[in-house]
Amino acid sequence: MIAELFVNALISGLLLGGFYAAISIGLSISFGLLDTVNIAHPTFLVLGAFLAYILNSEAGMDPLLAGVLMTPLFFLLGLFIYSVYYQFFEKTSAEALRGLAFFFGILFITEVVMIMAFGVDHRMVSAPYANGSLGGSILGMELSVPYRMLSVFVVASIMTLGLHLFFSRTFFGRASRAVHQDMLALSLMGVDPIRVKRIAFAIALATCGVGGALMIIMIPIEPAVGRLYIGNVFAIVVLGGLGSISGTLIAAVLLGVAESVVSTFLGPSWSPAVSFGILLGVLALKPSGMFGVGDTR
Amino acid sequence: MSLMRQYKFEIGCLVALVLAFTMTQMGLNRFVFFAGFAVLQYAMIATAWNILGGYAGYINFGTAGFLGIGSYTAIALINYSDASIVEQIIAGGVVAGLLGLGIGYFTLRLKGVYFAIATLALAIVVETIVNNWDFVGGAAGVSILPARNPELLGVLVVHKKLGVFSNYKEFLFFLMAALTIMSVWIARTIEKGKLGRGLNAIKDNEEAAECMGVPTLKLKLITTTISGGLMGMAGAVFPSYLTFVDPPTAFNLEFAVNSLAMPMIGGTFTWLGPILGAVLLGTVQQVAIVTISSELNLLILGLLLVIFVIAAPHGFLGWFMKKNKR
Repeated sequence: MIAELFVNALISGLLLGGFYAAISIGLSISFGLLDTVNIAHPTFLVLGAFLAYILNSEAGMDPLLAGVLMTPLFFLLGLFIYSVYYQFFEKTSAEALRGLAFFFGILFITEVVMIMAFGVDHRMVSAPYANGSLGGSILGMELSVPYRMLSVFVVASIMTLGLHLFFSRTFFGRASRAVHQDMLALSLMGVDPIRVKRIAFAIALATCGVGGALMIIMIPIEPAVGRLYIGNVFAIVVLGGLGSISGTLIAAVLLGVAESVVSTFLGPSWSPAVSFGILLGVLALKPSGMFGVGDTR
Repeated sequence: MSLMRQYKFEIGCLVALVLAFTMTQMGLNRFVFFAGFAVLQYAMIATAWNILGGYAGYINFGTAGFLGIGSYTAIALINYSDASIVEQIIAGGVVAGLLGLGIGYFTLRLKGVYFAIATLALAIVVETIVNNWDFVGGAAGVSILPARNPELLGVLVVHKKLGVFSNYKEFLFFLMAALTIMSVWIARTIEKGKLGRGLNAIKDNEEAAECMGVPTLKLKLITTTISGGLMGMAGAVFPSYLTFVDPPTAFNLEFAVNSLAMPMIGGTFTWLGPILGAVLLGTVQQVAIVTISSELNLLILGLLLVIFVIAAPHGFLGWFMKKNKR
């Protein structure tokens, strides 16, 4: 009986981990590679989720298609936000913490605007692949996996693996990693580091389109939920190690499993404490994460 | 005369305290005390935030966590004993101060960014624990009945005819004024003293400060403890003032935004900045909530924060000083 619960928790944790990877990879790029601490990232995911909801409920559009269509918009938003950030904070080499306050303000404004526009109710989308579940019995254990989670997992995996390949195999991807290591050397190679950073940041924000769509397929969404995800995404990015995208993927799965097991055995109201607990633990014990190359001091 | 000039600040504090007391004896409209309490509480929180954020340059996003733990310590004490409000405040301050010390110990050896993220995480962990802790009301919240005719040190404090204050709101207003003045005094003492100079060195260049023999970790830990403790004290008064507390109220993100925005708008480098910011922003908000709407009020708050961070990094005070220098 307990084994059955545990295996079920393990499977849904694995699937949850895929979802977490999709929502953290953007932050892994902007925080890990570019050193831009975008704490508003989860709130932009919620914004993506709400836009997908609107397109779904008003125009009857498939939420995933909506997510793909929103991607260019979030890309443009990313270009804009980074330009402002660069102009007022990075260029003047203002204290890094002022930039943080800037993103915090953006987070708060976005949240308030969403509350004003959509209210504080929980919203969901309808999609053919979001109903029912895949069931079966293996080794005498009744296992069941909701299609909702399965479809999210598939899309999330495609997106994160695609981005992982992009950042590890292409010239642009390598240039973005070089920004993190040595900006001067990069500019001597004839690459404009600011342009690289701007585009990489825009890509990071563009993940909020599909990521947001996945979010609202996965769970009902209300405007303030982004704050809860700050814990998840930062725990994953820090645990995986700054600057390591593959580390992020592994950390996402670990967190998904941990949260799912705690939620099964202690109750779902404890699950927010898991990610934040892991985050605080990692910060205290091994701040460079599992596969980190970034420096933490 | 020179003695007066030397103790100008202390005399100002006394005058402010007497003024607050006089206000409670004038039989003013209750809304004055309701709104006044909110502004004073914000002044205290902003001052506490600025001791760490302004002097040492370490941003705390977890104001709501410290405030909330102060509130819930008070609630636990009320449920558990018949502790007076002064004891509640002290207990709230001690618990929140210890929390500040703990979080500082774990993260202050890292880059400041990690400290900021950890404080944000802390607020949510504390909220989760309170949500699951039925003794203090859990997710449903808890109602607090103010003590009837409370006495402190044998003096009848609140009584319609015989007490020092004729109702509880007036008493809490005076108490909050006293706490705020105390916080400002602490902040100024730190700022003018050795601790403040050390923190300033940390803010400018932590590595250089450490090389010059500034005990950076020790100073930062002292500061997180004081800052957290003051926030906890401000939070401990909250249950008595609201008479109903639930986790979304006690851990509202608004506190974090306000405690950050007020010093930034006023000016972070001196004790006057947070007060200026709290009085300006607090008054605007109290008016805006009544006249416009509370959502629009929050939007204005967020926009002001972003505008000031971009355009006037040193706040109003920095702006004025720059003008005078020219």
